[in-house]
Amino acid sequence: MIIHSIFFYIFSIIAVFSAIMVTVSRNTVHSVFFLILDFISISCLFIMIGAEFIGMIMLIVYVGAVAVLFLFVVMMFNVSQQNNEQLREKKNLNHIPIGLLISTVIFFELIIVAGGWKYKPELLKSFSSIGIDSNTTNTHEIGNVLYTDYIHVFQLSGMILLVAMIGAIVLTFRKREGIKRQSYFKQISRERNEAVELVDVEKNKGVNVDA
Amino acid sequence: MIEYLNILFAEVYKILFLLIPVLVSVAMIVWLDRRVWAFVQKRRGPNVVGPFGLFQSLADALKYIFKEIIIPASANKIIFILAPIITMTLALISWAVIPFGEDFVLADINVGILYLFAVSSLGVYGIIMGGWASNSKYPFLGAIRSAAQMVSYEVSIGVIIINVLLCVGSLNLTDIVLAQEKLWFVIPLFPMFVIFFISALAETNRPPFDLPEAEAELVAGYQTEYSGMMYAMFWLGEYANILLMCSLGSILFLGGWLSPIDLYPFSLVPSPLWLIFKILLLFILFSLVKAIVPRYRYDQLMKLGWKIFLPLSLIWVVLTASYLFYFNLLPTN
Repeated sequence: MIIHSIFFYIFSIIAVFSAIMVTVSRNTVHSVFFLILDFISISCLFIMIGAEFIGMIMLIVYVGAVAVLFLFVVMMFNVSQQNNEQLREKKNLNHIPIGLLISTVIFFELIIVAGGWKYKPELLKSFSSIGIDSNTTNTHEIGNVLYTDYIHVFQLSGMILLVAMIGAIVLTFRKREGIKRQSYFKQISRERNEAVELVDVEKNKGVNVDA
Repeated sequence: MIEYLNILFAEVYKILFLLIPVLVSVAMIVWLDRRVWAFVQKRRGPNVVGPFGLFQSLADALKYIFKEIIIPASANKIIFILAPIITMTLALISWAVIPFGEDFVLADINVGILYLFAVSSLGVYGIIMGGWASNSKYPFLGAIRSAAQMVSYEVSIGVIIINVLLCVGSLNLTDIVLAQEKLWFVIPLFPMFVIFFISALAETNRPPFDLPEAEAELVAGYQTEYSGMMYAMFWLGEYANILLMCSLGSILFLGGWLSPIDLYPFSLVPSPLWLIFKILLLFILFSLVKAIVPRYRYDQLMKLGWKIFLPLSLIWVVLTASYLFYFNLLPTN
């Protein structure tokens, strides 16, 4: 058990430290790397409490996909050169009260949830009709709950994500003129008589090829 | 305390017993790759150092070790040094869950396939970090290309894995292999195997999808500024990843350590040898493709990933699921 707690403290210290570094570090790309470190150590914590499925999904979704896109955007816009100097100036302190308010609200929400877990365990059980069976893996457990009791919520969240994705594509889509697109069918179905043409070129006139 | 130390040393011993063969076989596989490539092109390939040139990789490794490591003045030093280390580490830690036989695996975890998928999706960081930290144009372009490429092909690999999981009903790699005792999944899921193979080529930045390091356009892509041992680490990591993809392919589709027929002369061969044999088979396919197929254009690569492979594998998931459901074949454990 002592090894367990040593590892717990190692991972949680890394998680807290890198969460702080995300906001403090001057270089935006470094912030994203610290965010990735944070995600990884949190998924290690998930695995340590036996929630291996959530830990791995956390790694795949957040670290493998979301953070890559973050990194992409930050690197492409070259925000790293600008630094977050304007946040450091004394005049711009407007964001601090709002940030404090939000973090206090989140903190108390977490305390309520954790306290409920600790002192009223029967309350949590009443939400789910299935008791936790230690013989099956938690992938099975999650599947059992997700696709039976919560199937409508699950499908609804899928629909919302789909709509959001379509919306993002529609918003950023622009049709550009004058771009040559490749169509395999067109290329393969070309015959000789429509592709090759014999032209008698007049002197000093030339041929218009693109027409 | 002594018990903990004993457990620790036992584990370290097991890890070394796994990692040293992997590293040696990575070196050998580089030699094999070059030989196959050369034979296809009617050349001899490396044949000077040792018998058949077998020690060529060792000679290369010696050369890399004694070369100077040059860190560009404008590079971001910490990330520049971290990048090859991360590539190498990620390529090696994923071997922990590969089963070489029944009960012959370092860590038999419940979510083995998810672990492999997660680690291989982390592999893109080594490349992005290397490309960005070099602080120069070509590495950065190569890194961006590879990030887009790896993220897009991961999606179709994930969907293909779902196909296999539907037939198995477990995320454990040992269970996946044992489910193929009667019939290897390459037969019912053959189109998925083909798509998996091509996606694996793209995922490991192998030709014909080696756009991140396309030498005609980008010098050497994200590796341009690297030299000496750091370059060699990128290289080793890349080949270890290729081997890993081959072993993933043989576990998912070719029945892992199982022998093709359960008959007398075949059942004598120890199970790890079967897995190694299948990995080698897939790897030779990898290097044949490298020798035969010309490089893809970038827009064609993206089109292939998103517009052809992703819909195809999604349709196949629906087909597999409805077939299994209709004939009541869904695994129930």
